[in-house]
Amino acid sequence: MSILELKNLTYTYGKKTAFEKTAVDNVNLSIEKGEFIGIIGHTGSGKSTLVQMLNGLIKPTSGQVLLDGADIWEKPKEIRKIRFKVGMVFQYPEYQLFDETVYKDISFGPKNKGLTGAELDKAVRDAAKFVGMKDELLNKSPFDLSGGEKRRAAIAGVIAMQPEVLVLDEPTAGLDPMGRELLLSQIAQYHRERKNTVLLVSHSMEDIARVADRIIVMSNSHCVMFDKTKEVFSRGRELEKIGLRVPQITKIMLELREKGIDVDEGILTVDDAVSQITSILKRKGRLW
Amino acid sequence: MVRDITLGQYYPGKSFLHRLDPRSKIILLIAYLVIIFCTFNYLSLLLVTIFTALVIAISGVPFKTYLKSLKIVITIVIITSILNLFYGTGEPIWQWWIISVTANGINRAIFVTIRIICLILASSCLTFTTSPTDLTDALERLLKPLNKIHFPVHEVSMMMTLALRFVPTLLEETDKIMQAQKARGADMEAGNLFTRIKAMIPILVPLFVSAFRRAYEVATAMECRCYNGGSGRTRMKVIHMTKRDAVGFIGVALIIIGVFICNIMMKKVI
Ligand SMILES: Nc1ncnc2c1ncn2[C@@H]1O[C@H](COP(=O)(O)OP(=O)(O)O)[C@@H](O)[C@H]1O
Ligand SMILES: [Mg+2]
Repeated sequence: MSILELKNLTYTYGKKTAFEKTAVDNVNLSIEKGEFIGIIGHTGSGKSTLVQMLNGLIKPTSGQVLLDGADIWEKPKEIRKIRFKVGMVFQYPEYQLFDETVYKDISFGPKNKGLTGAELDKAVRDAAKFVGMKDELLNKSPFDLSGGEKRRAAIAGVIAMQPEVLVLDEPTAGLDPMGRELLLSQIAQYHRERKNTVLLVSHSMEDIARVADRIIVMSNSHCVMFDKTKEVFSRGRELEKIGLRVPQITKIMLELREKGIDVDEGILTVDDAVSQITSILKRKGRLW
Repeated sequence: MVRDITLGQYYPGKSFLHRLDPRSKIILLIAYLVIIFCTFNYLSLLLVTIFTALVIAISGVPFKTYLKSLKIVITIVIITSILNLFYGTGEPIWQWWIISVTANGINRAIFVTIRIICLILASSCLTFTTSPTDLTDALERLLKPLNKIHFPVHEVSMMMTLALRFVPTLLEETDKIMQAQKARGADMEAGNLFTRIKAMIPILVPLFVSAFRRAYEVATAMECRCYNGGSGRTRMKVIHMTKRDAVGFIGVALIIIGVFICNIMMKKVI
C-alpha cells in the first residue's frame, strides 16, 4: 500500500483577500513505502507549500493527505503525532537551532516524541552519525559551528525523531559544491540503510537526478509530471519549456540524439554517457 | 498566520493629503489634536466632527480601512465613556444603589467618545497618507533644532526607519521559526503558563539570533556604502512646502478660530 497519497490537494494563500494565490492546485499522486522521491520546479512553483501539507503544518484548502491510508486531518487535535511520522527539514534549517549544545538541540524533537534514557541517547547519536557529525561537536554550542555543520546538526534534529517519511526542502541551498556533494551522499546513505521514504525538494536537477527513484515536477502550482527519473529527463525539451534546466550531460545526449546518433534517452551521469559514446564509436570502428 | 497583522499602514495614493509636505501634516495634526480637546460645547464638537469627516473624504483611503483602525481602540472608547458617565457632577437624574448618572456625566461620555474617535481618525489620516520613510524624514527635519542640545536626531530617526523596515521581516521570520519548531513536535498550545513560557524558548532564541545577525548585516552593508552618520549627508528626495501646504494651514487655522468663537459665544457644556 502507498505510504502517502495526495487526493485533489489544493492550497490557497490569503483566501478571500486581494492577495489570493493558489500555490498548489489539485495535486493527485501516491508514493510507495521506501521510495526516494525528488520534487523539482522553478521558484514559486509551490514545492514548499506542497511539502508543508504533508505533515500538517498547513491545512489543505481542499483535498486530502492520506498517510498509511488515513487522512492526517481526521483528528485535528492529534496532528502533532503526524509530525513525528513525517519529518520535515525546512529550507535553511540552521536558523532553528536554539539549545545550549548540539546534543541537546538534536534531542529536542525525539524528546517531544516521548523518547527517554538510552533510547533517546541512541536516537541522537545515530542521527548525528548519519549526517557525519563528529562526537566532539555534540557538546559544542550550535552557534559556534560552521555554516555546513549547523545545517547538518539541524537535519540530524529531524532524523533523530525517527520519522517514517523524511522530507527535505532544498537542503543543499547555499552550500559549497563539496558540501552539497557530501550532504547528498549522506542523505542517499540514510535512505539505503533505514529504507525509509525520502522526499527531496530541489531546484538543482543534477542533485535530484543522482538520487531519486521517481520525480515530481511542479510548474505554476500544478504537478505536471510524476514518473521515473529516467523518463522525466528524457522529456528534456518539455522541462526546458517550463523553465527547468536538465543536467548538462543529459542535454548533450539529447542533442546528440536529435542529430541522429543512437544514444539512450535520459542519460543522467557522465559515466553512462562515456560508456554509451565509446560503444557507438567502437561499433563504427572509429575507436580502437 | 503572524504575517497577516498589517503594521505598515501606508495606503499609496495621489490625494491632496498624500501630496502635502509630511512636515505640515505632522504640525497640522498636532494642532488639530489639541483643538479637539478644546471643544466644550456641542457646536464646536460638531465643527470638529465635520472637519474630520471632510479630511477622511479627501484622503481617498477607503472608509473600511479607517474602521479597522477604530476597531483596535473600541474597547478603550467604551470603557472611558462608561467611566465618564458615572463620574459627572451635579444633580443625579437616575440613581441605583451607589451608581448615579447626571446630565453632566452623559455629556462627558458623549464628548469623550467623539473626541477619541476624531483623534484616532485624524491620526490614521496621517499614517495612511504618509509613507513611513517620509514620516521619519519629516520628524528628523522637525526635530533638527534639538541637535543644538546634542540630541542625536539623525541617528534616532535612522533607527526608527530601520525598525519600521524590519517589522514585516521579523514577523515573517517568527512564522518560519514557529513552523520549523512545530515540525520538530514543539507543543505551543498545551500546558500551564509556565510550560507555555518555556515552550517559547525554541522560538525566541533563534529569533534574537537572527535579529542580531540581520542588524550586523545591515550595518556592514551601510558602511560599505560609506554611511557615517547624518553630518554632510544629502537627500535624493528633498521635501518642499508648496501652496498646497498653505491651503492646509489655512483650513486648520479656520477650524481653530471657529472652535474658539464657539467657546466664547456659548456656554460650556462640560
Ligand atoms: N506565506 C505565504 N503567504 C502568501 N503567499 C505565499 C506564502 N508562501 C508562499 N506564497 C506564494 O505561493 C507560491 C508558491 O510558493 P512556494 O510553495 O514557497 O514555492 P517554491 O517552494 O516552489 O519556491 C508563490 O507564488 C509564493 O509567492
Ligand atoms: Mg521553497
